[in-house]
Amino acid sequence: MASRKKKVIMDGKEISWTIKRMAHEIVEKSYGIKDLVIVGIQTRGVHLAKRIAREIESIEKKGVPVGALDITLYRDDVDSIAHQPLVKETRIPFDITNKKVVLVDDVLFAGRTVRAALDELIDFGRPKVIKLAVLIDRGLRELPIQPDFVGKIYPTSRKELVCVNLKEVDGEDSVVLREER
Amino acid sequence: MRLKHKDLLGLEYLDGEEINLILETARPFKELFTRSVKKVPPLRGKTVVLLFYEPSTRTRTSFELAAKRLSADVLNISAVTSSVAKGESLIDTAKTLEAMKADFVVIRHSMAGAPQILARTISASIINAGDGTHEHPTQGLLDMFTIWEKKGKLSGLKVAIIGDILHSRVARSNIWGLNKMGAKVYVVGPATLMPPKIEDMGVKVYYDLDEIIDELDVINILRIQIERQKENLFPSLREYNEIFGITDERLKRAKTDLLVMHPGPMNRGIEISSSVADSSRSVITEQVTNGIAVRMAVLYLLAGGDSQGVRK
Repeated sequence: MASRKKKVIMDGKEISWTIKRMAHEIVEKSYGIKDLVIVGIQTRGVHLAKRIAREIESIEKKGVPVGALDITLYRDDVDSIAHQPLVKETRIPFDITNKKVVLVDDVLFAGRTVRAALDELIDFGRPKVIKLAVLIDRGLRELPIQPDFVGKIYPTSRKELVCVNLKEVDGEDSVVLREER
Repeated sequence: MRLKHKDLLGLEYLDGEEINLILETARPFKELFTRSVKKVPPLRGKTVVLLFYEPSTRTRTSFELAAKRLSADVLNISAVTSSVAKGESLIDTAKTLEAMKADFVVIRHSMAGAPQILARTISASIINAGDGTHEHPTQGLLDMFTIWEKKGKLSGLKVAIIGDILHSRVARSNIWGLNKMGAKVYVVGPATLMPPKIEDMGVKVYYDLDEIIDELDVINILRIQIERQKENLFPSLREYNEIFGITDERLKRAKTDLLVMHPGPMNRGIEISSSVADSSRSVITEQVTNGIAVRMAVLYLLAGGDSQGVRK
């Protein structure tokens, strides 16, 4: 899809401050890190989850377990897209039953990815609580899903695209608003 | 990336990219087996028919588990207990299944080409689970997946297929697939069990494993089909074992990281000794686990057709 760069919503510094702030909020709202686990949604959510976990470790001087979740097999649009999306790795090397799970994704949009992630997580066990952390909430929800920790709320239109770039995958840290041409 | 056909009829008809896609997709499916809930939803509401005209336990249960773990509904039809025994033709059986809205038909048949006939007749995705001595593509794929997982690559590896090449659909699928992935394939066996012109498939023929054993990365040992003994293609099982049986003694000169594979079921003491089958080099039981993951990948990828289920 052809698109045109419209605006930089967040730069590298802002992303780094935001992740620090979200890490503090997660520790505060979870009342410490007892039973806390972080699960990122493939691909960029996983890298954000790792960064949040690193920040939490530097605050609490103790690590938290981090997992990766690929929601492809739980998508609700398998019949309507042209071909099967690639299945990536899911790796949750710990039991989530009775844990406080913080689910991390880069952009919250329709909410369908989070719905799929919730279904998948529950097949792994029965967490005590699942909270949602996203870097950008761009609005336009199609399901009754709300984040608990938000980096930035940035209302958009359906013609716009929000691209989160992270060093680990894209070589730089930035959040860019693009518009379809 | 996608598969280019609605059916999986043989590895002859796939290109290297498609094989790679199936292997890459099988990896996350294998990871599912470590979860407490091993079932995922992508084929919810789809129907998979297992149409077996020949006896099979391993392949049939593997497909059944694969389909069930993808949340599909599975229907088992075996030739002896169905209207096939009453004389219904393959095409009429297929049309009946189509009328029942089957999305996938997995077929095993003693006639080479039977899956092709089905694929032309009905719009469901057809998966060949072994047709005569022609192909057994999912076995070829699971063998390649096992090698790829253990060795990290396929390209450049030296793989020998040993035994009754003449009657082996497993051999043919392996040869097609491995060649496309850049491996070097050798076939080893008695001259009477070697199909004429097999070199044309791009393999090297040896009648004595000892000549090449020290170079090989993988040996894939085929089952001696004891029921074929009456055709007198080799003098006795004991003599076969003496000359071609894989024993510790024969593997003395092999690389230490040689992989030993067998599609099963094994005749211990004939084509493979018990100590080799149970050795640390053997990945025979892992092949069974991998078979489910690979079949899940095939079902999942074939399900990605358009609404007609047909793809050109």
